[in-house]
Amino acid sequence: MEIFELFTKANAQWVLFGSILLGFASGVIGSFVLLKKQSLISDAMAHATLPGVCLVYMIFQVKSIPLFLIGATITGLLATYSIQFIVKHSRIKTDAAIGITLSVFFALGIVLLTFISKNLSGNQSGLDDFIFGQAAALVSSDLQMIAVGSLVIIILSTLFFKEFKISIFDPLYAKGLGLPVTFFNAVLLALVVGVVVIGIQMVGVVLIAALLITPPLAARYWTEQLGLMAMLSGIFGAISGLIGTFISTLGEGLPTGPVIVLCASVIFLLSLIFGSKKGLVKKVVATV
Amino acid sequence: MNALTVDNLSVTYDKSPVLQRVGFEIPEGSLTGIIGPNGAGKSTLLKSVLHLIPRLTGDIKVYGKPYKEQRNLIGYVPQRSEVDWDFPTNALDIVLMGRYGHIGLFRRPKKKEISLAKEALKKVGMEDYANRQISQLSGGQQQRVFLARALVQDAQIYFMDEPFAGVDAATEKAIMNLMQQWKYEGKTVLVVHHDLQTVEDYFDHVLLLNKTPVSYGPTQQVFTMENLERTYGGAISFIGKSAQVIQERG
Repeated sequence: MEIFELFTKANAQWVLFGSILLGFASGVIGSFVLLKKQSLISDAMAHATLPGVCLVYMIFQVKSIPLFLIGATITGLLATYSIQFIVKHSRIKTDAAIGITLSVFFALGIVLLTFISKNLSGNQSGLDDFIFGQAAALVSSDLQMIAVGSLVIIILSTLFFKEFKISIFDPLYAKGLGLPVTFFNAVLLALVVGVVVIGIQMVGVVLIAALLITPPLAARYWTEQLGLMAMLSGIFGAISGLIGTFISTLGEGLPTGPVIVLCASVIFLLSLIFGSKKGLVKKVVATV
Repeated sequence: MNALTVDNLSVTYDKSPVLQRVGFEIPEGSLTGIIGPNGAGKSTLLKSVLHLIPRLTGDIKVYGKPYKEQRNLIGYVPQRSEVDWDFPTNALDIVLMGRYGHIGLFRRPKKKEISLAKEALKKVGMEDYANRQISQLSGGQQQRVFLARALVQDAQIYFMDEPFAGVDAATEKAIMNLMQQWKYEGKTVLVVHHDLQTVEDYFDHVLLLNKTPVSYGPTQQVFTMENLERTYGGAISFIGKSAQVIQERG
């Protein structure tokens, strides 16, 4: 594909637009997730969406993105609750609970995926693309959904900014003020699920969580203000989405997710070294 | 008038009792120290009264009405160690959180709230630190930020969980001044406290607690050697030292 073609074709423009918005939304939401120390839970949730997508395909035998997203939401939430259940009702610690939940759900997803491609002529279903994502395979209706979903997520996280801040920093105090902390947590969880399910087509279940984790980590090196951190993280996510999608659509069969994640990781590395608040260079200069 | 009435409060954790049949009445305008050994359930008492953790049984009334109707009369200063001070925000922002209940959903703090917060920071001697990153504050300064946050709530009853733990002299003085001012304004203060030697200086009432109340009343009557032994049980050497102080003070 020619570079110019990418910018002039309507679908390609939608692809870039969608990846920018998705990157921004996940960066913003990721800031809250990171500070809530739930980055790994979001990773387990993302992996757990795969069996949901496969089950829906096996039941209905059609490739319907809205149905896939419903299936993804159900198993993704199921995994989140499994982790909370295990931690609450056993002596297993959170990290191990996340580990076991992630592997069980993802293993089930891979088994189902293999079964589908062998027995249900799933090669045409495009389900394989859900693992690592394939932006070039997206049609404009998919991309419109990604764009609209991302916009809704960005607007909601702006509206709930102050509420998320207090319920992450000091949930007991917030509860003492009479604020519905449980509700705010549920909204945040819903937004994380939202990012994951709209993002899996483009980035894939394996790496979508990296879009929630890496941009806010990078942003933390530049600022000590939550608002600025969320904004910066969104911008980092958007840049990663843009460049990653661009590169992946240039080459045949370049999976979009891994390329986006590599871009985000480069931004993180630069922030780690040059970040104005906590960067290594700043630290070295300060100690000299 | 009783500011706070607690009746038959029991709390369990993992099926083992932490608080059993706790009942007491706190008169308006009193400064009460909640005293007891480690694991006596002091923090649990505070949190369960504030409806922050589930109660097995128990009825809590504020000025004679159910707690939930009177929530806006309550100010709370949690233990400093319970939050992540590396959170990306500054002192003023933390103080503003005290107004979130008033500001309402989806709204941003306005000028009025910001000036209230700055005023509160000034009252605890922290006006120069409004824009300081919270991770760069000392322990005592962090405690004063929490005090300022409770101050802007403009409450009638204040609950403080170990506010004196590990603070500098300036902060100790700021807390004492604030408590005296609250008392003067007819407000009621309950403080979980650890240091037996300062009890008589800080509080006019004492609640001795060890899973169940051992004694409650004016400090002069309740804070006695005999009651302390009943509260602390085997911790003889610790008691002995404090008792000496009490006796020396006559």
